[in-house]
Amino acid sequence: MIRAIWTLFKKDLLLEIRQQYSFYGILLYIFSTLFVLYLSLESPEPQVWNGLFWVIQLFICINAVAKGFMQESRGRWLYYYTLAHPITMVLAKLLFNTLLMAIMSLISLILFRLFLGSPFSDGFRFLGIVLLGGCSLSLVFSFLSAVAAKAQQNAAILAILGFPIILPQLILLLQISAGQFNEQPTDTTVSIALMLGLDGLVILLTTILFPFLWKE
Amino acid sequence: MSNAPRYMYRSWWKITGILLLIYTFTAGLLGSVPKLPLLQETIRNLYFHVCMWFGMMILFTVSVVQAILYLRKMDRKHDLASRHYAGTGILFGLLGYSTGSIWAAYTWADPNVPFAESFSTIARDPKLIGAAISLLVYFAYLVLRDSIADIDRRARISAVYNIFAYVILFPAIWILPRVLESLHPGQDGNPALDVKNDISPSMRMVFYPAVIGWTLLGVWISTIRIRIELLNEQKRTT
Repeated sequence: MIRAIWTLFKKDLLLEIRQQYSFYGILLYIFSTLFVLYLSLESPEPQVWNGLFWVIQLFICINAVAKGFMQESRGRWLYYYTLAHPITMVLAKLLFNTLLMAIMSLISLILFRLFLGSPFSDGFRFLGIVLLGGCSLSLVFSFLSAVAAKAQQNAAILAILGFPIILPQLILLLQISAGQFNEQPTDTTVSIALMLGLDGLVILLTTILFPFLWKE
Repeated sequence: MSNAPRYMYRSWWKITGILLLIYTFTAGLLGSVPKLPLLQETIRNLYFHVCMWFGMMILFTVSVVQAILYLRKMDRKHDLASRHYAGTGILFGLLGYSTGSIWAAYTWADPNVPFAESFSTIARDPKLIGAAISLLVYFAYLVLRDSIADIDRRARISAVYNIFAYVILFPAIWILPRVLESLHPGQDGNPALDVKNDISPSMRMVFYPAVIGWTLLGVWISTIRIRIELLNEQKRTT
């Protein structure tokens, strides 16, 4: 099982390395969005910075994760069907999307730091929160992109399906990261535990429900 | 396929629902209520506003149970039931949202300011955020459903989304009030209000029947819509 996941994960990685246009596409998306922000406001207040940062993360996530399931054609789905168990398939995708989103979150944090300054006091702590947030976003949107792909819809429906569901987690994230802006960061252990709990729930639900999506 | 489940044809629960609602309206509007500062007579809205939320949650729960049953048995009847219970749940949610925000405009905000002016400050309350999120999720469910042409695929995918959304949503709505500040009764992570401590005994005598009555009305509306759908299908096939 672990080996199958690893193989499928390597396949996704290899595909990404061979077709780098999508990776660079997202990078360019991050950069141009940030540049627009940089030109439209100078030194935003911490609260504005926070809101902008997480909303941008949300859109990056939709762009980065959406194509995970949508790039696979119908024929290829059938081919995978003969090769792999749906649970290994979806876990490999989750792993890959989480890695992708972690990289993207890291890059966008660096760019935000360069262009729009840093309201947070402890860089490493904040980095951890950003990575956690990126992973949470990518988990939810990975599953929803599978739903959207199976409904034969484009990325637009992903936003409709995903935004209301992600909102509670987004509010939690905003809360956690806003706590990092003071000299004395507030204690966020409970909120982080809640985030991790929700992530666990999402993974569990994905493994339970994905086999039903997978069947034709 | 054409026959709806037996309970849908029975009339005893429909009559019970109507009697309970008649009782709710007479006892709710004429009965004695505690005179509380700020709330005054608006407290009677409890029998309508809060019941809408209870009804909505019950209907959404029925909808998700039907979705699970559909995935287990692959029977179209469960899919139709899931769809229509969710639809009635949305109706109840919209009514709950509007009765609640008007109520809040006269109790939390300055009653002399028009409702439209104070709405933007009220809507920031975690309870209203939670309510808005759950309505958005179920609207998204309807959009997703209608976007798929193939009947079986539509049933399967929307059932999966229904279950996923429900399981993510309800803990989240329960968590939100813990991390945000609220004016709404039922603090400390309670999703709506603490029935035992927040409501006086005389009001509870109306409140519980009201919840049951409104919920039965919701079930009745849903079953009528399911039966119409089944009859339409029968007409198309014969």
